[in-house]
Amino acid sequence: MNEEEIKNIIFQLLKKIAPDTEPSALQPDENIREVLNIDSFDSLQFIVKLNEKLGIEIPEEDYGKIPTLKSLINYLLAKLKSQLS
Amino acid sequence: MTEFLMPSLGADMEDGTLVKWRKKSDDTVKRGDIIAEVETQKGLIEIEVFDEGVIEKLLIKEGEKVPVGTPMALINPDGAEVETKKEIASMKKEVNLQPIEEKAEQKVMEKSTKEIRIRVTPIAKKIAQDKGVDLSQITGTGENGAITKDDVENAIVQKGERSKTEKGEKPVEKLVEVEPEKTGAQPSEPELYKIEKQPVEVKKERALTPAEAIRSAVAAAMSKSNREIPHYYLEKRVDMSKAMAWMKETNRERPIQKRLLPAALFIKAVASSLDEVSELNAIWENGLQLKNEINIGFVVSLRTGGIIVPVILQADSKSVGEIMEILNDIIPRARALKLRSSELSDSTITITNIGDGSADKVFGVIYPPQVAIIGFGNITEQAFAENGMLGIRPVVDVTLAGDHRATDGITGSRFLGSLDKYLQNPESL
Repeated sequence: MNEEEIKNIIFQLLKKIAPDTEPSALQPDENIREVLNIDSFDSLQFIVKLNEKLGIEIPEEDYGKIPTLKSLINYLLAKLKSQLS
Repeated sequence: MTEFLMPSLGADMEDGTLVKWRKKSDDTVKRGDIIAEVETQKGLIEIEVFDEGVIEKLLIKEGEKVPVGTPMALINPDGAEVETKKEIASMKKEVNLQPIEEKAEQKVMEKSTKEIRIRVTPIAKKIAQDKGVDLSQITGTGENGAITKDDVENAIVQKGERSKTEKGEKPVEKLVEVEPEKTGAQPSEPELYKIEKQPVEVKKERALTPAEAIRSAVAAAMSKSNREIPHYYLEKRVDMSKAMAWMKETNRERPIQKRLLPAALFIKAVASSLDEVSELNAIWENGLQLKNEINIGFVVSLRTGGIIVPVILQADSKSVGEIMEILNDIIPRARALKLRSSELSDSTITITNIGDGSADKVFGVIYPPQVAIIGFGNITEQAFAENGMLGIRPVVDVTLAGDHRATDGITGSRFLGSLDKYLQNPESL
């Protein structure tokens, strides 16, 4: 799975959680939760859905590592890579 | 025979529209069955029945809008066919939750000859009398809904437009009976006048969008609260180190779908504290009425604005994990406005959790007829001194707004002390 595909999955999931927003307009360094106004409950739902779609489990202590689109994509790519190897 | 009534799903609900009967005549129903779908200000709600029996008759038609407390169906309890005693079954208790004042307003909306009181400024009253305007037909925009000079003038303009096509209006003298004006009154001060209201047809209102309906429900409940409830406020800083460490440890062992959020822990801690300080688990209706069940309303904010408050029933008897499961189920449905009647009724206290990344403190407005609301702010790292040592710890500011008619600050203070104790011993919850 490449960066573009991951990005599309992220956008789809975010759109479901925050249907009144346009996740694809997110800038790489913008804080996802702040820009899309996502609370802690929806944030957890997002992580659950990412797990279901990508099979990647994000531990709680890593929540702070993925605030932006860029950091989240890089994090997921690294996880996918380590799963393959 | 038992009457099944349009339930009240909170102090802010005035009426509901029957969208669909899910049962028909001669169907057998038992407690918890969905009998109907009703459109309310809080969305399309599945209405559950609280009695066992056979449906004798459906009294209202699909599409009909009726006030809270209106009989919707007759249910014949099993084996009691000739029972004639009019029995208002368990739904009555929810109907009773509906404040008397709101009921009065509903009646006015219907065809009614009941006496109502109208606030109007003296100058507006004078103009209305001179121009022959029916004050009972005007919605006031002044202080406390008082009818102002502008309101009357607007009504005259509208009436002028209408009377181009229709004639023969009733003389106003017969409609309005005004009390003698007080001589010493300030010209601008609104006064109360008694007015005999003539039968009026229900106005066809533009259907509200869901967001507007929610907004108006919130407005009604909060205005009532602010008008009637003398709030007192308390605040306590609670060290969350142990609670957060416990949650981190617990979540490590849980699959991702079952991870806990602090909200679940807060709800359980509040429930346990209410076991100790039961005076806050109550409603105020002609005095303080303590409630046995601890049913916690949890404020869910909607993305389109407004809030909805589903209830976690008997939260004290549920584990933190069970409460989290309920939240996982109920929050998305609350946001989609798809709740059942039992999920919106009977809450005995409310929690508002402003959540992480937001304001540090939240001072709630009590949801009538409850007597307290607990507010949890953002969990932040703060300098926290204990036993002569200063450290950086995760801290949450917990607030309590209490109804001072029902309890005093000392009660609220005991509650916050108990809550702190539980949050320092999360494994005990």
